[in-house]
Amino acid sequence: MAHTHRPESDIALRVKAIESLLVEKGIVDPATLDTIIDAYEHRIGPHNGARIVAKAWVDADYKQRLLADGTSAIAELDLTGFSSEHMVVVENTPQVHNLIVCTLCSCYPWAILGLPPTWYKSFAYRSRAVIEPRKVLQEFGLDIPDDVEIRVWDSNADLRYLVLPERPAGTAGLSEAALADLVTRNAMIGTAQVPPPEPPSTLAA
Amino acid sequence: MNGPHDMGGMHGMGPIPIEPDEPVFHAEWEAKVFAMSFATFCNFFPVDETRHASERMPPGDYLSSAYYERWLYALERLITEHNLVTPAEIEQRIAELAPGE
Repeated sequence: MAHTHRPESDIALRVKAIESLLVEKGIVDPATLDTIIDAYEHRIGPHNGARIVAKAWVDADYKQRLLADGTSAIAELDLTGFSSEHMVVVENTPQVHNLIVCTLCSCYPWAILGLPPTWYKSFAYRSRAVIEPRKVLQEFGLDIPDDVEIRVWDSNADLRYLVLPERPAGTAGLSEAALADLVTRNAMIGTAQVPPPEPPSTLAA
Repeated sequence: MNGPHDMGGMHGMGPIPIEPDEPVFHAEWEAKVFAMSFATFCNFFPVDETRHASERMPPGDYLSSAYYERWLYALERLITEHNLVTPAEIEQRIAELAPGE
């Protein structure tokens, strides 16, 4: 993958050697490794964050609590987890667009969004999001008008952010679950907006 | 301490590498490095030490390595510094597992 200058087979061999030693010495349990991988591949992901967003869209009191104290409001939904212990939720409005980065590392609310995508971990995003956020967003196909303020939040080891995106038009009749289905990972980082629902297919009988 | 990890505002890093529908892990070794790190930093050293270990990577290596290579560097550094495994054991095991020439 990007930036690698060692052959990937050498890296894989090194990892295999370390794994075999750690298992042999009883330092890690192979079943535990499988459980960890399965959790982050299948159970923990942006659907958790989408639940938070959808609830804030339908429940004004919850939204208020979420913006006032993200950590506690997320705990109400039992979504507190590793690497998301202290959370601040920032709201997008017609006047303000929020964008999250971690310039120092790739700090990210794992329990709420899963593991970060490659672009979030890239040197390009980490370096550029704070000096030219509008250009960065254009690379994601998102043109933020000049009269909209962009606020960039730099995460750190102890504090992570989540964007509360704007609820799209045409969603008044949707259930909380249907709203959650519309919310994307990138919208909760600030590199996308939540698209309106697709019109029902005329082919569906 | 500053270092190459302090990237905010750095120039010259190029376009954002956006990959549609990317998998959580791109190779089995990435998943294994993540899981071994997770399992050890929950039990043998705190996660902050892992972050610090990757920041101790020599700058040239840091800037030319991929994300999970930096994790691998941190894992290897910490398991050896905490005397869970010796560097010699790792090199010997690599030689044993290497495919025959």
